[in-house]
Amino acid sequence: MITIEIDGVHYQVKTETSLLSACLSLGLDLPYFCWHPALGSVGACRQCAVIQYKDVEDKRGRLVMACMTPVADDMRISIDAEQAKQFRAENIELLMTNHPHDCPVCEEGGECHLQDMTVMTGHTVRRYRGQKRTHKNQYLGPFINHEMNRCIACYRCVRFYDDYAGGSDLQALGISNNVYFGRFNDGALENEFSGNLVEVCPTGVFTDKTFSAHYARKWDLQTAPSVCVHCGLGCNIAPGERYGELRRVINRYNGEVNGYFLCDRGRFGYGFVNSPERILKPLINGQSEIESAAAEQHFRDLLKSDQPVIGIGSPRASLEANFALRTLVGEEHFFLGLDNTEHDMLDAIDSILHNGGIHSPSLREVEQSDAVLILGEDVTNSAPRLALSLRQAVRNAVFDLAETLHIPSWQDAAVRDLGKNHRSPLFIAGVCTTRLDDAAVRCYRGSPDDIARLGFAIACHLDNQAPEPADLGDVERALAATIADSLKTAKRPLIVSGTSCASLAVIQAAFNVAKALPSKDRQLTFTVPECNSMGLVIIGGGRLQQAFERVREGLADTVVILENDLYRRAQDQEVDAFLHSAAHVVAIDCLNNKTTEQAELLLSAATFAESEGTLLSNEGRAQRYFPVYPPPEHVRASWQWLSAAAEGLKWRHFDALTAACAETFPELEAMTRAAPDASFRIRGMKIPRQPHRYSGRTAMLANIKVSEPQQPLDPETPFAFSMEGATAKVQSAMEPVIWAPGWNSNQAINKFQEGIGGHLQGGDYGVRVFEAAGAGDWFNTIPQVFEPEQGLWLIVLLPHIFGSEELSLRSPPVAERTLAACAMLNPSDAVTLAVASGDLIDIRNLNGKTMASLPVRLEPSLPAGLLGITAGLPETRQISQADRVTLVKTGNSGEQS
Amino acid sequence: MKEQTEKSSFEGLSPAEIREINAEISEYEDKMAVSTEALKIIQKHRRWVSDECLVAVAELLELSPAHLEGVATFDNLIYRKPVGKTVIHYCNSVTCWMLGSDQVRERLCRHLNVEPGEMSADGEYTVLPIVCLGACDHAPVVMVGDELRLDITEDVVDEILGR
Amino acid sequence: MDKLDKPLTKNIQPDRAFATLADYRKTGGYQGLRKAITELRPKEVQQWVKDAGLRGRGGAGFSTGLKWSLVPMGNNGAADAHQTRYLVANADEMEPGAFKDRLLLEQDPHQLLEGMIIAAYAIQANIAYIFMRGEYHLAARRVENALQEARTEGYLGKHILDSDFNLEIYLHTSAGRYICGEETALINALEGKRANPRAKPPFTVVSGLWGKPTVVNNVETLCNIPHILQNGVEWYRGLGRGADTGTKLFGASGRLKHPGLWELPMGTPIREIIEEYAGGMRAGYNLRGFLPGGASTEFLLPEHLDVLMDYDAVAKAGSRFGTGTMIILDDKTCPVRMVLNIEEFFAQESCGWCTPCRDGLPWTVTLLRDIIAGRGRIEDLDTLSGLTRMMSPGNTFCALAPGAMEPLQSALKFFREDFERYILGKIAVVEEDQ
Ligand SMILES: Cc1cc2nc3c(=O)[nH]c(=O)nc-3n(C[C@H](O)[C@H](O)[C@H](O)COP(=O)(O)O)c2cc1C
Ligand code: SF4
Ligand code: FES
Repeated sequence: MITIEIDGVHYQVKTETSLLSACLSLGLDLPYFCWHPALGSVGACRQCAVIQYKDVEDKRGRLVMACMTPVADDMRISIDAEQAKQFRAENIELLMTNHPHDCPVCEEGGECHLQDMTVMTGHTVRRYRGQKRTHKNQYLGPFINHEMNRCIACYRCVRFYDDYAGGSDLQALGISNNVYFGRFNDGALENEFSGNLVEVCPTGVFTDKTFSAHYARKWDLQTAPSVCVHCGLGCNIAPGERYGELRRVINRYNGEVNGYFLCDRGRFGYGFVNSPERILKPLINGQSEIESAAAEQHFRDLLKSDQPVIGIGSPRASLEANFALRTLVGEEHFFLGLDNTEHDMLDAIDSILHNGGIHSPSLREVEQSDAVLILGEDVTNSAPRLALSLRQAVRNAVFDLAETLHIPSWQDAAVRDLGKNHRSPLFIAGVCTTRLDDAAVRCYRGSPDDIARLGFAIACHLDNQAPEPADLGDVERALAATIADSLKTAKRPLIVSGTSCASLAVIQAAFNVAKALPSKDRQLTFTVPECNSMGLVIIGGGRLQQAFERVREGLADTVVILENDLYRRAQDQEVDAFLHSAAHVVAIDCLNNKTTEQAELLLSAATFAESEGTLLSNEGRAQRYFPVYPPPEHVRASWQWLSAAAEGLKWRHFDALTAACAETFPELEAMTRAAPDASFRIRGMKIPRQPHRYSGRTAMLANIKVSEPQQPLDPETPFAFSMEGATAKVQSAMEPVIWAPGWNSNQAINKFQEGIGGHLQGGDYGVRVFEAAGAGDWFNTIPQVFEPEQGLWLIVLLPHIFGSEELSLRSPPVAERTLAACAMLNPSDAVTLAVASGDLIDIRNLNGKTMASLPVRLEPSLPAGLLGITAGLPETRQISQADRVTLVKTGNSGEQS
Repeated sequence: MKEQTEKSSFEGLSPAEIREINAEISEYEDKMAVSTEALKIIQKHRRWVSDECLVAVAELLELSPAHLEGVATFDNLIYRKPVGKTVIHYCNSVTCWMLGSDQVRERLCRHLNVEPGEMSADGEYTVLPIVCLGACDHAPVVMVGDELRLDITEDVVDEILGR
Repeated sequence: MDKLDKPLTKNIQPDRAFATLADYRKTGGYQGLRKAITELRPKEVQQWVKDAGLRGRGGAGFSTGLKWSLVPMGNNGAADAHQTRYLVANADEMEPGAFKDRLLLEQDPHQLLEGMIIAAYAIQANIAYIFMRGEYHLAARRVENALQEARTEGYLGKHILDSDFNLEIYLHTSAGRYICGEETALINALEGKRANPRAKPPFTVVSGLWGKPTVVNNVETLCNIPHILQNGVEWYRGLGRGADTGTKLFGASGRLKHPGLWELPMGTPIREIIEEYAGGMRAGYNLRGFLPGGASTEFLLPEHLDVLMDYDAVAKAGSRFGTGTMIILDDKTCPVRMVLNIEEFFAQESCGWCTPCRDGLPWTVTLLRDIIAGRGRIEDLDTLSGLTRMMSPGNTFCALAPGAMEPLQSALKFFREDFERYILGKIAVVEEDQ
């Protein structure tokens, strides 16, 4: 800590920061545009000007840009000096000469950093009388609007998109006051993190197209803290609602997890909540809608079966809902509802994370690693936000170099100019190219078995206690040595793996590598497919196939399926047989799907936006989501359906359920502390979900009824569906809306952190429920070298950010960005098969049954003998991971309709 | 940003173009560094850089077309629209302006019946303004193709255009 | 004057096409290089140049020897990759009114090459680039040709003059802009990026081209080096007439009898340049003022004619030495329109990176056009001076905008009545030409 003097007051600040960051950390207001806490300083906009004095004698001082000035002990500066104030006001005046002043029709209005900063500088009168320069806009795809006339050329968009997120199709074009930020031509932005432009852009150039489609001002949105349900990472989100419709999702800062950024699946995947395919009322036999009270009774009746009732849980349902079902049906009748391989893998991951003795890092910790090995994952597609963190991790080497040259790490352009080749090592072993390859020093491509073998080879190179793969090829041996040597010298090496390869061996190899690492700060992280995959395996239960057997064998006749489309988990015939032979099928879900179609009783479940629950992320962090708005009349949280059915059980309230769950599973003991419970009050008040400027509350429904309806009650959470309540002293992590006086954009988060970019005041959201213990034994089962078999192909399902996840795929803008289903083949295999790109091929299982018919796409990076299929699309649902199949050409590319 | 251009018969970069661009690459630490020179090579062969050419060069240099467009639209001597066989640049900076560059421009444009930036109907000439050509002691100055012409009078303009 | 007193231009004769390698050698060419490489260590060469008092001829006047001495030389503890160093010759001359480097490039290219080889030796760079503006076609051909000759003769390549010093020089011709002449923007341009300037610090001598220590020197600066080495520090110091050392290419353009370029001692009085060398004003024109160092310097008035063309002397008079090439304002040219032309140049050439320049220069142009078109208001003059204050040095990201403000600010001071006359409707409004 050092002391600096600002306008005559002495403050203690952290060393090694910029003056701007220091001022903002102190809670002082100083306007800025080109600076961003995660992007650092470049000094372009000249908005953060302050006066710096040489010494006590110096009365005049010198204008400096705070963002480009390092703090120094005994430094004297002034924010309030007239000269600085005038400069800042005039600088905004210049920025605004070409601005269209179209705030009334701008989606950014009311949460616009440019509006905030303009007011902050006091620029109010326009002197410029000239013409405004205008631009044409581009079509940028289904996610993002483009309105270039609002641009103030702060360059943040391209600095985020290209420099930070690794994109290349959005660039600065043109020169002088004609600079333009756009693509080479119209088309969807390619980068998976494009949605962050909405928040990174300080004006309304890049806005959320999905939000525009049903727009409301920020202050008219009702919001509650929430967690993304579209992958296993648990990014924090702030969903906003108006008139019973979910309007958008924006980032909710979590200093340990997602920081300032989300991926596009997380931001734009919310549309399923508003889908016309929502189940809004309980339904009997797919025909007759019934009232919820009647449905409850019906449910209870069905459960009174003489035979045991089977419960099938879900990796996309909360811990509480799964626990409620398990309690309802009994531990021995609870099944996880995962496909077999996934079940095995998640069990293995669970056991490694608990007993392997190696820390599983948060995303913040990921960013600090100085050498990374990815085994078998295309992280951008399986756990997107993790990829963004890995991209930052490779920068650690250049930060070290910058330090030796006395270039501060926050001086962004200068650090980047040191050279793009100066990177911390990232090694990627995958089945084919990944979106992170450009950041890697070496990429290896092989079948899952070969990837595992490489992993085992690296482990044994690091530690000769580890088992060694037999018949290792020279290439693999040399590569393993290179990777091992690089990881060995790292201080904070990280191994990344996961379930994408459907290979237990890959997961075990990843553990062996991590275990073999000499550094005590080594880390190991696994991606998991769904938002509560980790939670589900910790609760534990039988396998789906066992459930099928029970019914087939007549050991059970009633089935309760919780938020799970079984047709995504097993072959159609199996599921058909299962559902047909069960006497009674109860499904609880939010959207219609093949499984819900067959339910005798279909219970309408609330989505994450209308209910509460706790999710366990891949890191082991329990985080709670809260209802943003009350569910429609006949919709209930799954846990509510289940607890209502369970007569005589003690958990009538959510908190009681959470407590019971925590009590039952010692590993989940901490989950009750994920967020305050419903009894939480500040001076007797709950936390309001509606901002203090929420407009027209009393008149919102005036066209229907003039008297103001009573606010819906919320007995389950600390939040109120209201404007009234505690506004001061709310823990930062529990603030539904990030807002501070004068700071209406999401950048108000500066006021809620312990220092810029740090943890939230009072702690980040969520709680880690486990820490690695034990030491874990080596895994010794090493697969053979993969040898393609003549005429047979090995299926590898490749996750895709847009399409592979069930719920987001039901959001139209995400669906628009999915890849058309195709069969990816190595060109040499295409030659063998005499097929060309675009030809149709039948994919047949070993019994000769056609599972899908798909157009061929050539993928040179995919090893021969593998057939790459995009995971999770309706067309590819029946194709199972790791199957062997035959291929038959059925049509030429020209013949397709 | 970019206007839709008509369908052209672009068949990829020529072997000569590729050879010349590759030769430049050896002089630098990476391929990106030849962005400008590669575009100039294209212009040497084709006078201007069409969208297709730009995309092809970007591919050769392993850059995104948007990056290359960012450089091309920053630069002054990269033509993203067709130009005549000979580009006549008239200097309009301060000394030339003082000594009659407006008249030079007028004479050029009137003769060719174009506005600055346009190509003459016969495809022979494009007239463009340029910043100081570094010959202020002989103002006004023009550059005809690669050749600097000094002390321009109306007669010299006529001579240049062969009238 | 004796030949020895015009080291830079001694090979340049009006009747000759240009100095060939043979011509260059005849007058002692490449002997400075031989001396440097065979007799001096790199640090000693740096010291010579520092002692000679050579100041950068690119405009800022920074001590060349001092700049070189800031390059980390030995193993300074930084990573290995940082041992590569680069030299860049700045041949981007594009400032309105400047026309000195073109002469040196076209007429005596070997002089530049020799200067570069010595400079590269002094900072131990093994690769050097000449960054030349795209319009200098003739210069490019001649330099390329000279590079071939130098390679053949063993002045470039491996083991130069049988030493263990290696150097390659590459010619990079730009397609760029005025801003590419700013040394950090130049580096971005060389890397194939948009030529926005970079922040300083870090200075290029620490992190320049591809993050490696890099020295950027102006063509004329580099052309001085061989002579310092060949004839010695004392000789060089003796060339200046005032406080500064050496000779300089001084130029003058505008309505003069004999506009031109002359190599003269540093510290030559402005009057001498205008009246003797340029022959004074053309008949019918009187001197109203002049921009002593190019378009980005403040106006001086006839009363300043006796100021010496020295860095400090010109600064004391209220302007800048700049490139040493002056632009003359005569009494029949409207200073407001002249300033408009200059501001149009700078507004067009702004790189678009920082706010005051990108948005302030176009507003400046709008205001000047309004004034000239008779739409001006008297408060516009305050707005204009406000803009000159906004864009003063340090406020913008690089020196382009502050340079642009120098002629305007001085014109507002010296020629205010010309501005007012438009606004108060005292002159017939001339047709707007845009
Ligand atoms: C906008 C701008 C344009 C410049 N253009 C040139 C130029 O064309 N040639 C040049 O040598 N220096 C130019 N400079 C100065 C360079 O930044 C740099 O100071 C110079 O090349 C250093 O060389 P010297 O120390 O030998 O003078 C320019 C500076 C600015 C701010
Ligand atoms: S002053 Fe700013 S906008 Fe102007 S050229 Fe320099 S960096 Fe670019
Ligand atoms: S925030 Fe400091 S210059 Fe932009």
